[in-house]
Amino acid sequence: MRERAGDQQGGPGTLTDDLLPPEDSQADLPDEPLAELAARYRLRPSAARPGVLAYAGQLWARRHFIIGFATARNVAMYTEARLGQLWQVLTPLLNAAVYYLIFGLILDTKRGVPNFLAFLITGIFVFNFTQRSFITTSRVMPDSLPLIRALPFPRACLPIGYVLIELEQLVMSMVVLTVIVLSAGEPLTWYWLLAIPALLLQAVFNIGMGLFLARLGSGADDFSQLMPFLVRAWMYTSGVMYSISTISTLRNHPTVSYLLQINPAAVFISLVRNAILATQRLAAPGSKPYNAALCSLYDHSSSTSVVYDSAYCHATITSTQLWLYGAGWAVVAIIVGFVFFWQAETKYGRG
Amino acid sequence: MAVANGSDPIRVLDPTVIVDDLHVVYRVYGAGGDKGTAATALMRVMKRQRRPSVREVHAIRGVSFVVNHGDAIGIIGRNGSGKSTLLQAIAGLLPPEQGCVYTSGQAALLGVNAALLDDLTGERNVVLGCLAMGMSPQQTKDAYPSIVDFSGVGNFIDYPMRTYSTGMAQRLRFSIASAKSHEILMIDEALATGDANFRAKSHEKIMDLRGEAGTVFLVAHNLAEIEASCNRVIWLEKGKIMMQGYDVPAVVDAYLEATGGEPRKRDKIADNDHVA
Repeated sequence: MRERAGDQQGGPGTLTDDLLPPEDSQADLPDEPLAELAARYRLRPSAARPGVLAYAGQLWARRHFIIGFATARNVAMYTEARLGQLWQVLTPLLNAAVYYLIFGLILDTKRGVPNFLAFLITGIFVFNFTQRSFITTSRVMPDSLPLIRALPFPRACLPIGYVLIELEQLVMSMVVLTVIVLSAGEPLTWYWLLAIPALLLQAVFNIGMGLFLARLGSGADDFSQLMPFLVRAWMYTSGVMYSISTISTLRNHPTVSYLLQINPAAVFISLVRNAILATQRLAAPGSKPYNAALCSLYDHSSSTSVVYDSAYCHATITSTQLWLYGAGWAVVAIIVGFVFFWQAETKYGRG
Repeated sequence: MAVANGSDPIRVLDPTVIVDDLHVVYRVYGAGGDKGTAATALMRVMKRQRRPSVREVHAIRGVSFVVNHGDAIGIIGRNGSGKSTLLQAIAGLLPPEQGCVYTSGQAALLGVNAALLDDLTGERNVVLGCLAMGMSPQQTKDAYPSIVDFSGVGNFIDYPMRTYSTGMAQRLRFSIASAKSHEILMIDEALATGDANFRAKSHEKIMDLRGEAGTVFLVAHNLAEIEASCNRVIWLEKGKIMMQGYDVPAVVDAYLEATGGEPRKRDKIADNDHVA
């Protein structure tokens, strides 16, 4: 049982205790029960939660606020920096430079993946969108407590707004990514357009999960402290730095490989890679008729002659299945996350 | 029964706010009582003890009243008596632990700590504030010039809000909130730091709102302001109603007597004396 400080004292700021309020202080009240009076005059409880559809309608009505909020926060993020909005482009560029330095120059690793650098940076940028969305939304409710206590609005505006901030940053990253991928020798094809629905599905997934995490993070702070570690562990199992479908250690474990490949982060990363990297489409298992001899030729060495031979192996998951999983994850996340967040709508102001 | 004026009839004509046996409890983190090292935290987890630094404050302890259209209610009481908490509960910003608050519409609360976005310019804050209140982009655009004009912050509208003085920030907040006509407007010390000119302007706005049959709640330590603007007063003490009534001077006098303040002299015409 928690100690109720207020039972002994009126509040933190009460100075003296010499004034005792009367036990029966309900002066000037009508005879009928107040709840019936309220019902007769059609008054509604001020802390009532609207129905789930009405709540969605309220959110839609505030769409201009959500977009304005996201854009303004994005602008404000760099007002203290001398280079200002240039950081929106510089941040992904520097990110890519660090990974190029480590994986391209120092380690010089190919890991059995054609055009590894473009593969790696695509993976990093796509995962970064989910990673940053998760970390910021798990902190959004405690961070916005003054705003929550000042203005009434559907609280779901906040996590959605934070994911939109990351989406705006992603657009900048994608411009940088386009330049890097093209200069890494990948051709510009119509397949590139598929990256747009893939990223939109990812955004829907992030919003759903963001709503879920925002409610989890609104209580004890322990959760948001744990979040960066969870996300990092997730990154290492999502094939950002290696290809789950062709890595040799997973070849004899089709179930593990399958489970890793259908995890949402891996699904969205694969969808974007297949859209913008021609080398990935060529090397994807199942993209050529099965040929046991050629498949066994493929190994994890970086020999360029056999690196595309993974295409002759069996696919654990086809491109159509990837799209279905992507859409499925997005739909499940948005429905579960929205309902879960909505259930606690009136409790977010408590801190 | 602590009714200031016994002859006053029970006025339930057209209620806008009904507060029914309201209790509000909120949690305070880091309220002390811990050495704050990792070792003490580990011991606590091992012994399965609760964090001593999490406390629950029972800020409102059973308050009931009914408010009608056109009422302006002053709320007085010492620091920590639950005035701001009561307003936050009426606005639906703090959920009740027990009891209920019924309102005829969304109540708008203007508080001293009503933080807008400090990093953003006044102009962005005006636009976002209006959109958050549910105005459309077109309505926001139409209302913008009059908001900036009423706030009187002038050229500072293009500066980030963290560069504003306390008074300027409050003027801007009041202007934003009053851009939309609210059925219920609650003002929590929001006019305390405004200058004389702005106080006169906001007093006029409050009177306009009462004239439109809206309801106004006013929390202020400036009792002259309460007496000038309100037709009813509620005196809170330790989260309960100590006294309330439509005879504002009588309740104010009782409050001053109980808390040891100087009695108010009402024969003066210039009503600008402060009572702490």
